[in-house]
Amino acid sequence: MEALRFFRRAFLSLAPSIVAIIWTIGFILTFLPSGLVLNTIGRNAGIIGVIIAAAFGSIVLIPAFIAFPLAASFLRQGADVRAIAAFVTTLVMVGVLTAPLEVKFFGRRFTLLRNSLSFVMALVIAFVMGEVLR
Amino acid sequence: MKIKAVPAILAVLAAATLLVWAMRPDKAIAILFVSKDYLVEMISILPPVLILCGLFDAWVPKRTIERLMGDASGIKGTSIAFLLGTVAMGPLYAAFPIGKSLLDKGASFYNVAVFLCVWASIKIPMILFEVKFLGAEFALLRLVLTIPAILLISALLNAFRMNASRIQ
Repeated sequence: MEALRFFRRAFLSLAPSIVAIIWTIGFILTFLPSGLVLNTIGRNAGIIGVIIAAAFGSIVLIPAFIAFPLAASFLRQGADVRAIAAFVTTLVMVGVLTAPLEVKFFGRRFTLLRNSLSFVMALVIAFVMGEVLR
Repeated sequence: MKIKAVPAILAVLAAATLLVWAMRPDKAIAILFVSKDYLVEMISILPPVLILCGLFDAWVPKRTIERLMGDASGIKGTSIAFLLGTVAMGPLYAAFPIGKSLLDKGASFYNVAVFLCVWASIKIPMILFEVKFLGAEFALLRLVLTIPAILLISALLNAFRMNASRIQ
């Protein structure tokens, strides 16, 4: 009974944020052209491309079973390996769209710090990988 | 996002969708369909997680978590946090309520941070998947770099938090 009451309270307070998050995702995925993405993170795009890829990974919420094949196809089409590493890493570690939920549980300060530290570390990981896999 | 901001954001989204619908009805329908898919996914994941948290809250004694993952638990506590994060399935937003429950039950801040970061980034089925699509070299190198990154992020989060409580 206690558990049910806990559930009801938590679920009702989360529901509006969830709907807002999901609706925003619907917008982004509908209007994002994939050719543009590829141009931005190609081998000639350099560090800016890596940062853009990291930012993109931070914002979108794509399940891994879609993200890895997508990343692989970008890689085959000539994307920078650093950009792909940055994208995959921020995709799992940084969540801009789920930040409102994180704030609800852990507060604004924690959310901001965890996400920005993860973003920076994702860039570090990407650049190290770029050196090693060259 | 404050709770008060959510209705405003929903109103903006509704207005924007209507605007898109007026110009490109097909795009508006696409927006709603993509949103529906994600909504179904979240709705099917969160309730079971929240119910488990409720059960955890009611049944697991605070002493147990304090002993296993508290400030004095050392490497053992961090290993438990690491393992919990690895074996659990599900997206990161499912980990927030669980991490909060652990924190409330006396797990150390550092261990909860490790738990959240590991949950987000290290999953055995996901690693296999990554190896399959992006190659073993790519996936394993990323894994090897991710582990120290997580420990560093958690240590920094812990340090910043200590600072904050000292100032206040």
